[in-house]
Formats: sequence, structure tokens, C-alpha cells
Amino acid sequence: MTDLSTTYLGLHLKNPLVASASPLSKKLDKARKLEEAGVSAIVMYSLFEEQIIHESLELDHYLTRGTDSFAEAMSYLPDGGMYSAGPEKYLNHLAGLKKSLSIPVIGSLNGVSKGGWTKYARQIQDAGADALELNLYFIPTDPDLTAQELENAQVELVAEVKSAITIPLAVKLSPFVTALPNFARRVVEAGASGLVLFNRFYQPDFDLEELEIIHSLDLSTSADLRLPLRWVSILYGKVNADFALTSGVHTAGDVLKSMMAGAKVSMMASNLLQNGDQVIPSMLNEVGWWMESHEYESIKQMQGSMSQKSVKEPAAFERANYMKVLNSFKELR
Amino acid sequence: MKRPVVTIDGNEATASIAHRLSEVIAIYPITPSSAMGEFADEWTSKGKKNLWGTVPAVIEMQSEGGAAGAVHGALQTGALTTTFTASQGLLLMIPNMYKIAGELTSAVFHVAARSLAAQGLSIFGDHQDVMSVRQTGWALLSSTSVQEAHDFAAIAQTATLKSRIPFIHFFDGFRTSHEVAKIFQITDEELRLLIDEELVRAHRARGLTPEHPVLRGTAQNPDVYFQARETVNPYYSATPAIVQEMMDKFAQVTGRHYNLFDYVGHPDAERVVILMGSGADTAEATVSDLVEKGEKIGVLKVRLYRPFSVEYFIRALPKSVKSVVVLDRTKEPGSMGEPLYMDVVNALVEGQRPQVKAIGGRYGLSSKEFTPAMLKAALDELAKPEPKNHFTVGINDDVTHTSLEVDSSFSVEHAETVRCVFFGLGSDGTVGANKNSIKIIGEETDNYAQGYFVYDSKKSGQMTTSHLRFGPKPIHAPYVIEPNQANFVACHQFNFLERFDMLKYAKEGAVFLLNSMYDKNEVWDQLPREVQSAIIAKKLKFYVINGYDVAEKTGMGQRMNTIMQTAFFAISGVLPREQAIAEIKHAIEKTYGKRGEAVVKKNFEAVDAAIANLYEVNVPAEASSKMARRSPVPDDAPAFVKDVLGPMIGFDGDSLPVSAMPVDGTYPLGTTQWEKRNLALDIPVWEESLCIQCGKCVMVCPHAVIRHKVYDEKLLAGAPETFKHTASKFKEFSAGYAYTVQVAPEDCTGCTLCLEVCPVKDKSAVGRKAINMAPQPSLREAEARNWDFFMNLPDMDKKLFNPGTIKNSQLLRPLFEFSGACAGCGETPYVKLVSQLFGDRSVIANATGCSSIYGGNLPTTPWAVDSKGRGPAWSNSLFEDNAEFGLGMRLTIDKQQEYALELVKVFEKELSAGFVNAIVNANQSDEAGIEAQRERVAELKEKLSKSTDSRARDLISLADNLVKKSVWIIGGDGWAYDIGYGGLDHVLASGRNVNILVLDTEVYSNTGGQSSKSTPRAAVAKFAMGGKGMPKKDLGLIAMSYGYVYVARIAMGANDQQTLRALIEAESYDGPSLVIAYSHCIAHGYDMAKGLEQQKLAVQSGHWPMYRYDPRLIEEGRNPLVIESKEPSIPMSQYAYNETRYKMLTQMDEARAEELMKEAQKDAKSRWTLYQQMASMHYGNGNEENKS
Repeated sequence: MTDLSTTYLGLHLKNPLVASASPLSKKLDKARKLEEAGVSAIVMYSLFEEQIIHESLELDHYLTRGTDSFAEAMSYLPDGGMYSAGPEKYLNHLAGLKKSLSIPVIGSLNGVSKGGWTKYARQIQDAGADALELNLYFIPTDPDLTAQELENAQVELVAEVKSAITIPLAVKLSPFVTALPNFARRVVEAGASGLVLFNRFYQPDFDLEELEIIHSLDLSTSADLRLPLRWVSILYGKVNADFALTSGVHTAGDVLKSMMAGAKVSMMASNLLQNGDQVIPSMLNEVGWWMESHEYESIKQMQGSMSQKSVKEPAAFERANYMKVLNSFKELR
Repeated sequence: MKRPVVTIDGNEATASIAHRLSEVIAIYPITPSSAMGEFADEWTSKGKKNLWGTVPAVIEMQSEGGAAGAVHGALQTGALTTTFTASQGLLLMIPNMYKIAGELTSAVFHVAARSLAAQGLSIFGDHQDVMSVRQTGWALLSSTSVQEAHDFAAIAQTATLKSRIPFIHFFDGFRTSHEVAKIFQITDEELRLLIDEELVRAHRARGLTPEHPVLRGTAQNPDVYFQARETVNPYYSATPAIVQEMMDKFAQVTGRHYNLFDYVGHPDAERVVILMGSGADTAEATVSDLVEKGEKIGVLKVRLYRPFSVEYFIRALPKSVKSVVVLDRTKEPGSMGEPLYMDVVNALVEGQRPQVKAIGGRYGLSSKEFTPAMLKAALDELAKPEPKNHFTVGINDDVTHTSLEVDSSFSVEHAETVRCVFFGLGSDGTVGANKNSIKIIGEETDNYAQGYFVYDSKKSGQMTTSHLRFGPKPIHAPYVIEPNQANFVACHQFNFLERFDMLKYAKEGAVFLLNSMYDKNEVWDQLPREVQSAIIAKKLKFYVINGYDVAEKTGMGQRMNTIMQTAFFAISGVLPREQAIAEIKHAIEKTYGKRGEAVVKKNFEAVDAAIANLYEVNVPAEASSKMARRSPVPDDAPAFVKDVLGPMIGFDGDSLPVSAMPVDGTYPLGTTQWEKRNLALDIPVWEESLCIQCGKCVMVCPHAVIRHKVYDEKLLAGAPETFKHTASKFKEFSAGYAYTVQVAPEDCTGCTLCLEVCPVKDKSAVGRKAINMAPQPSLREAEARNWDFFMNLPDMDKKLFNPGTIKNSQLLRPLFEFSGACAGCGETPYVKLVSQLFGDRSVIANATGCSSIYGGNLPTTPWAVDSKGRGPAWSNSLFEDNAEFGLGMRLTIDKQQEYALELVKVFEKELSAGFVNAIVNANQSDEAGIEAQRERVAELKEKLSKSTDSRARDLISLADNLVKKSVWIIGGDGWAYDIGYGGLDHVLASGRNVNILVLDTEVYSNTGGQSSKSTPRAAVAKFAMGGKGMPKKDLGLIAMSYGYVYVARIAMGANDQQTLRALIEAESYDGPSLVIAYSHCIAHGYDMAKGLEQQKLAVQSGHWPMYRYDPRLIEEGRNPLVIESKEPSIPMSQYAYNETRYKMLTQMDEARAEELMKEAQKDAKSRWTLYQQMASMHYGNGNEENKS
């Protein structure tokens, strides 16, 4: 019998397949189905501090607009004062998930302010999360902002959040970092037990007819696995953290590759959104069969087995890799 | 025992008792009573229980008549039932009131007493409404203050249960309903001591039940009706004593004692004033002051007006009294005197005191201020040997000379009372902050406190005035702070200084706080000379704060509330500064806490920043400014505008004499053009090189401030230097024609709808359009000159183009301009379009509501005339009768046209057969035909002008009706779907040629967003706080069922061409037309600039399918229904959750929001499916054989 179990952030998981942050965790019954289908943990959808602030200010603005201005209408909307404009909805839902699931639930937080990060992190912990995933999300547009300043600020945030909680902390990174290994190490030194590679940003598109910017969600494909696969492979063994590979996990093969690169877990969302939770048992079965047929005893056995430090040609992960691909492409033609 | 104290307004004080003492509450919005219904609905939806531990059922009805019917039914089946109303609403209840009283039913109606619509509508307070029901058999109990409104609400309930006579409990609209005051709250325990449970059960036992069936409501015959009507006499006889008994019991429980008639004054008074309502409070304060000065006078406050007890009245009136002056807050034209006066005269006779001389007078109509000086004037008049009877006080009646002279310097303000006046902009939160301040003072200090607020008549950019009093003595001053009496004057908007004399309120040595973008060293030189002089003359302590800057930096935007409130507390010293700040912050948490931390945080930051930015200004010894305050209207305005409307604009309408007012409520058109409000911070600027001349910006502009013209390029000679123009791209007018888009810089509200709709994008920078916003101040003067030049360019001759395209239609001059509607209003673009297309031959019936207020509220009104002096003739009758009102107009026009045609034929010889034939058979289907008929009519008048035949003179007087007239019936969904629906249905059924335009905002917008039957499922509205559970009524579908009604559902933002086509078709249809127009509204809760975008989404989601149903197609054997929107392509939620009205439910009750949204989605789908099926049905033309 092959052993699919793994550990991540100190949590013992029955297998390496984790449902990553997506709308699927917004519904209790859907989360329950994910558990039944076999995922070993769930990362909740993100609590967006920015959104909370926006919704709160928006509600205030529209409840206030036009009030006490005109004798016949002291206001235009009823103000029952019974809103949940803060993080309560998220926290209640988290508590609800914890209550009805037996697998670990990892909270996810997307903050914008120092106070916000630490406060909400503690609230997520208090609501029962087994661990916390922080999203470092920032699109620098100011030419005066240096990489050093930005990285320092983010490392500082990680340290602050870590100091506010006792549950394990994972940090979801952006791939757009000049010296990723160094930054990853600094994040871990600041208190992260895990690194999640990578955050997928929505990329704007243009509508040529309307000359407008379009925001739409493009789901990942297996091709998107390459980027995190490379970086998990590179970082494994160099940065002392549990790695989670996310983006592009669609098949049993993708899971196996993640493990071999050095990840402790593979996180999946797009496939679940596209095909539903029924893909989970077949993927897990396939992982098992593959391992059996290739005589692997356990997942742990293969973790990091194809990382940069474990392969024969470490340079394959570096610039040479790019050259080779180009050459092979030429040959194919 | 320390009694709980609250600082609330009269509506809340009343509703808090009514809700606790009722099982069923039927409500309907009407100013100024709407808030009572809103409180009841809110409390019930929050599960607040009544005295018996169950949550009262609250239901909104379709009209006050409906509410009265529901109340009657609930009472008849034994529930403790109430309603709240005012004015015309109470009048609609009269039929039921007779029934309820005739059946001896215990009930209480709470009325915020308001004027009745006569020569004009007024939302403000007087006793005309309650006086109109004094004959119904209901008891009338009058309270004078917020405390009494609270107390009498309870006394009325206890008295009705015992007497079985139904009670109207009333108090003065606005003055009491909207005054915020510190009062002692009646606890549940106290209410339990007051209510006799046996009487409650007796009331219930009289209810109809099949277990013990009875029959009530017979038809009676001459033999017994009379006797049966007399059976109730003992109940009426007993009622005064019962009310007094309840008042005595109330005194035992609460310590506050009242009598049916409360006398205050000298025990041996010789002169006494008699009145009721808030004026009685003024009278008490005034009389007390004068008695202290040695006057032998008194006041008799009438509490129980009906049944009128002569016995109690005579007992209360001191024996020493020689004369009385009775003041009525009502007007009964043609009577021998107003009702209270007549009752008093009668009581003196029947009460064996005929020697007491009585005179009567009127005061305070429509919330006209009633001050101690006016009261004194009435008492002084009484002292004269031959006093004036039937006088008026508070106005200058220079026509029938009824008015009394008033010494305006007389005041009884208490020296220890602090008086503060604040001037703010509606949107800056001044009133809200002051309500908060008065609550803090009332509840956190030992001071008594009072707040009263005065609003402007416009819905956008209006000035508010807050009057706050507080001090150690109880405050009996139900009138605004008088000139030279305020200890503190605050101006929250710098630009008010050039428009209004606010320092007239300041007393010597008062504090003046100014929100200023100039610092303490710069500000003096920026003040108008009058302001500088007043500061010096009155020795004011002058402070400035740059609230604009603080607001900007702390994310408060245009909200000055928290900042100016903090400055007020910091300067006024009413509380120690630290405590004041703590209290303000506590209030912020209480008010905004549930809206989220970010809101609290920004307000806290504003409080802290305010203190740091507050400075005292060193006042120079002399005024140095060369700037003078501006006059309210320009010098070249017509005399009526300058002499009559000007003072109203300048907040000095009170000074206008009776002779200045039109006798019958008739006003000239086109007066908004003279009131330059300068509201916009940024205005649109036209980029002629990018413009494609589509006219869309002109079409959507809610205030008609952006217009385009095509004109002979030779006319550009003499144009101002900055006047922009380009070559015309109109195919009808190309070579030799120039084109201009021009903005009225001083009338624009800055809503940016024009910018949003502009389809052009600069190819080199797509963010730039053919219309872009730029700061107004630097453009104002030049653009004002350009506007004047533009307006003097001739309008294009209507005969020369077809108005069927957007760009062409917008060449037609808007005859509806610069209204007082909200910035970005979704209704007015439709109204304006009707005025452009048909305005010069329209008669308009306008239902009460937003459109009658922005369309007809003084001082200035937006309906205008064209260059020939023609324009829409407009009138507002009521809320409920608008369809019938418009139908009446049609009947006149049709009848008079018919008569005119008959007369034309009589004069065939004089006029010639050909001429008569041309008139009778004129084709008036287009502008050319109409113009030709106008010319014939002019010729006809000329030809007959010398005739002495009276029939010729008749024909001349009727001849204008030979030109095609267009009758428009306009109103909102509250009217069309609810209160006016019965009439609307009848008018549709009549088949007559009327055009009905429903401006559908899906709520009662004018009264503040109450739910109507148009409100969609899943939306939150007042009276539907938990989200509306039922779907929107499909008015169009109902109308289509007639088969001969033209019906269209339009949304300008989704398809402006369809809007234009539908309106033209509707008007051309010789029968009833109904056009339902999607109108985005401030009550929907989103950025109004996105209104057009949101209209698109409404259509795409299937919430608002667009169609035209033209019965003329049936005649052609075609299906009359043409659906003009596509199958729903986005989920309902994608449209809905852009709007706070939907979104807030997800924040209040997510599960219900989800459930209702699911249902709303189904509604959209099933509506679409149904329409699809209807549109694909085979229609014969009625002559085909049934082949099946």
C-alpha cells in the first residue's frame, strides 16, 4: 500500500492534494463535498482587507448621500444598522467550515495596511483556522519605489503578522521578484513556515472595439505548472520552508511533478472550478497507481527528488534550460 | 427614580408609543409623518415587541385610503390598530373615519398636522388637515411639543379604549414632528400601569368572529337612521371626563400633569389667548414673561379639541377674564371665523360667559414662524378699544389689511439659554452633525436641548439651517432663532457669505465660526464688506477652520459634519474639550460602528485633525473689502422675478406682502434661468475637434445645461472670443452651417452623465472624450458669456428636419430646464425630451412626487417657453388623481375643438368654403402640418376679429384648440403603480388620446425611498427593510391586456433611439399610451454618473426588457408587441449588486438575499419567456376566419 500522506506547516495530511483559495470554499456544502471527494485540506477564499474597507466606505457613502438635505426625504435608504460590513462574515464562515469539516482549514488573508494584516490574522486564528496563508499582493507602479524598499516592507509585514499569531504561517509569493531565493529566505526568516508558489494575478485585457480595459478570470492550464515547478525545484533545500505548489495543477502527473520538485502539497482550484469535485478521487487514484507501478512507497520518498539540488544537471533549471528549449524547437522544425 | 431621558424628534417620540401599543399598523408615506411609519417598519423588521410581547404587524398600503380601510378591517376584527398620516392623506381617510367612529371603535391615528394643497401644495405644518376631520366624530387631541407628542400618544390610546371614541392625536408638522428635543421617556412599566387590560380584551371581544357572529354595517332607512345616529351621544358626553381621568392617571404614573384645557398666566387675568399646537408653547413662554412684567394676561392651551367640552373650558378660564383672542393655525375661506374661534365664541355663550369679548385671528400657516412678538401683537390688539377681528399675524396683508403690526425686537429668550445657528450644504452633513450634537448635549449634560432644521426647496446643492438651543431651563421656544439672538453662528460653506446675510442672527459678542479655504491671515480680505462690517459692529469672536482641507486629507470628501461639529464643541465650551471629543467619538461609534471600522476610523481622524486646524482670527478695526454681497437675481430679470421670486431665492420670502402673490396660484414659466446656483465644481468642456455631433450628451443632460445648435455660420459674427464652433456635420444642414455644443456653466450640477454617454474616444489617449470635465471657477465668466451668445442664436426651424434621430431631436429647444432635481437625475432626461418633442403644444398633468417638486416648487420653476412664447402648460392636482386630472384636460380640449369646428362651419360664408375645409380637414401629423394650422388659426382670428356676432367671439376664444394638442400625464411609480393605479387603469380603459409617462424609480423617491409595487424583488427599501419578497408589478403587461393601449417600456441608457421612437409613437397614437421609463435614482444607492451604464445592465439582465406594443399593428394583421432587447445575457445579480439597495441585504441577511436573488432571477427569466411567446403569437386583423 502506497503512503500518500504528507505534512504541511506541521499539519499531517492524508494526501498532498489541497483545494486552494477559490469560491468553492464559500459554500459549506461544496466544501463538504471537497472533503468527501478526498482533498486533504482546504485553503479558504481570501479575506480582502481592501474589499472590507471598500464595502464599508461604500455602504456608508450611499447610506449617507442625500441625507438631511431635503425636507421630504431625510434619507433615501433604510438604515437598520444591522450590517456585517467587517470581517465577521468571513470569520463566521471559517468557524462554520471548521465545525463541519474534519480536514484542516487554512485561512487566507489579503491585506493592505499593517494594522489590518495583524488584526485580521489574529481574528482568523481565533475563528479556528489551522494555519494562515498570507497573500503578498502588490503591483508597483511608482518608479520611485525601489525593490529593496518594497521587499523590506513585505518582510516586515510577515514578521508583524507572525508575531500576532501562534498558528503556522504560509506566505503566497509573487513570481515577479528579481532575486526570488533571497527574498524567499528573508520571508522565511521573518517567520513564514511555508511558501506558496505562486500568486496568480488577474491580468487586464483590452477590448479593441470599445477601447476599454477588460477584467476577466482566466483559469490555469497544466502549462502554467512550469513556472512554480521551476522555482520550487530551485528553492527546495535552499530555503527552509514547506513549499506549496499552486497554479497549473490539473492532473495526477502535475501532483507527482510538484512533489518531485520539492512541494509538500499541490494546490488546485481551476480544475475544480471547471470540472467539479469528482476529479479528485480519480486524480488521487491515479497518483496511487503511478506510485505503485513505479514502486514508490510514499509521497515523502519522492518529495524534492527532482529539485535542483537532486538532479544530475542543476543547470537545467537555470538559463541553459531556456537555450535548450529553443534548440530543441529548431530541431523539431 | 431617575426617569430615562432621550433626545429624539416628535415622530420618533410618537411612534415609540404607537408601536408598543399596537398589534396592527397600516402605513403609507406622506410628509411630514412618513418617519413614524418608517420607525414602525424598522422596529417590526428588527423583531421589536409591543407591550404584550409580540411583534406588531406592519403593512404598507397603496394609499392613505387603503391604509384607513385596512385599519378599519383590523379594528373590526379586534386588533389594536393605528396609522400615521398628514394633510391630503388624512383627507383620504375621511370615509373610513366616519365608519370607525359610527361603530364606536377604539383607535388612534397619529397625525403630523400639515397644510392642505389649495393655491399651491405645502408640505409644512398647520392645522388645515385636522380641522377637516373635526366633523367625523373622532376625538382630536393636540400636543404642543415633542414631550407632549410622546405623552399624548399614550393618553390617546388609554382614552380611546375606555371611551370607545376613536382619537386623532396630532402635533404640528415639522415644528414638532421634526424638532429634536430632550424628553423623558415613558417606560414599558409605566405604559402597563396606564393600560387597562380589561379594556383591551373588551375591544378584542367586540371584534368580528364566526364563533360569535354579528353583523355590522347595515343599510338603514329613513325610519331609523336618525335615531341610530343619536345613540352615540352618551359616549361623546362621557369622553371629556374620561380623557381627564386618563390625564390624571398619567400624572400619577409619570409626574407630568395635563388638563383638557390648561391655563397658564396671571390668576386674575383680564386678557387671555386661546390656541393649540406648538404655538401654545410659545404663548406660555411669552405670557409668563409678560406676567412677570405685570401684565394681567394668560393663555388657555386647548388639548382636547373634540369632543369640545364647554364645561371644562369655562372651568379653566379664569373668572376675571374680560376678553379672549383665539388663534387658529388654519384658514376657512368664507366662514364667519376659523373653527377654534367659532367654538370658543359658542362656548362662551353656552357657558354663560357672553360678556367675555372674543376676537380671532390666523397665524402660522405652512410653518410660518410664530414668535413671542406675534403672540404679543395679538394680545396687544385685544387690549385696544376696538380690536381687529379675523386678523392675521406673521404676514403683511396689504390687500385686505387683516395683519397686525409686530414689534420684531420683542423677545422672551432666556438669558441662560445658548442659541446656535449653523448654515450648511445639504450634502456636507451639517444637519446630521447637529442632530448628533444636540443628542450629546441632551443626553450627556444636565442641559435641556432642542434642535430644529430648515431645508431648501431644491433637491441638489441646497442650503440647510440648523437652529440649536440648550441651557439649564426647559426650552419653550418652538420657533427658529431670531435675528440678533444667536450666541454662535457657523457657516460651513464659504461661498454662502456672498449670498446670504447669516450674521444677522448673531448677537453682540457672539462667536462666528467659518469654514474657510483661506487661513487666519488671509481670510479677512476674502470676506464681502457686509460680513466684515457685521463682525466689527457686533464685536464677534471670529474663528476659521479649513474644513475642506481636513475633509480631503481624512477621506471625508465633501462631508464637513464631524469636523465642524468638533470645532463647535471646541469653541463653545458646552462640555470640557476632552469630554466633548470623547462624546463625539462615542457618537461616531454608535452611528457608524455597524458600517464598519474604516468609517469610524476616518471620522476619528477628522475629529483629531479638526482641533489642530482651528484658529481665531484677529479682527481689524475697520472693514476694508471692496466685494459686496450678490443680489439673488440679475438686474435684467423680469420684474416679477426680481420683485417676487428674488426675495424667495434670497431667503427673504417672509417679507413679501400678500399683494405680491398671484391670487390663484398661477405663475409664469421659465424662471429657473434667473436663479444661478453655481453648484458644479467641474463642468463639461466641449472638444470640437473630436465631436461627432451625435447629440447624446444633450439628450441625457438632466438639467438641460448642455445643448447643441446648428446655425448659419454668418451668425458667428460678434461671437465672444472663446465661443467654440465647428462645421456642421448634419446632412440637412451642411454647407454654410456652423455647429456648437454649449454648456451653461452656472446651471450645471456637475453630474458627468454627458461625459459618460459620449461615445467618442481620442485615438491617442482613450481616456479623453469629446466632452471632458474641467474646474468651473476659471471657466465661469467666459462660458456664461458664451452661453448668452449661444442662447441668442436662433433655434433651427422645426419644419426643416425630422426629429426622429437623436441628433435631430436635440436641436429642439428643451422647454424644461435647470430644475431642482438631484444631480444626475434619471427622470428628468425623459421629461425634458417630452418638452422638446411636444412642449409647444402640450398640456401636462403632473402627479405629486419628485417630478411635481422639481417641476413646480417655488421659488423658480423649470418649465419654459420657446422663442414664440409657446410652452407646456403644466399643473399638479394631487397624488392620487393625476390620470383623471389629465383625462379631464383631454376632455376639455376635445370638446372645445369639437365646438370650435362646429362654429367654424357656421362662418363658412365669411371665411370661405375652402378655408373652412382646410381647417376642418387639416393634416397635423407633422410639424409642417401643425404650423400650417397655426397660421390658419391666426388668419381665422384676424378675419373674425371685427365681427360683432357673439359666436364669432366664442370661436376666437376656442380657436387655439383647432391646433393639435398633446396631453401628457406624468408621474412616478408611487402614483402609477399604487395610489393612482385605479384612476390610471380607468383612463387607459377610456380609450381617450392621452399620453402617460411613468418615471419608474421603483420607489417613492420624493418621500425618501419607500417601497412601491414597482419595487423589485430582493431590493431593500423603506417599508421593505428585510428586502421586498414579492416581484415587481408588471404594469405594462396589464396595460397590454386592453389590446388598444399603446405601451412601451424604455430605458434611455440602454437604447436612446428606442426611447425617442417610443415617445414619438406614443404621442402619435390616437388613443391612450403608456410609456414606462427606467429612471435611475439616488434611492438606488450607486454613483449616479453610472446611471446609464446601470440601465444597460438592467436590460441585459432581463430585469428591464424593452418593448413597444402598438395596437395599430393589429389592424395590419401583425403582432403588436415588438421586443427590443435581447435575451438576458448576464445574471440578475451582476446588475443588482452594483446597487446598495440590493447589496445591503447581503450585508444584513445573506441567506435571505441569496434566496430572493434566486427568485428575482426566475422573475426575469419567466418574464422574458412570457414576452417572447406573446411577441411570436399570430395575429389576424380580426377579419380572418378561424382556420383551426
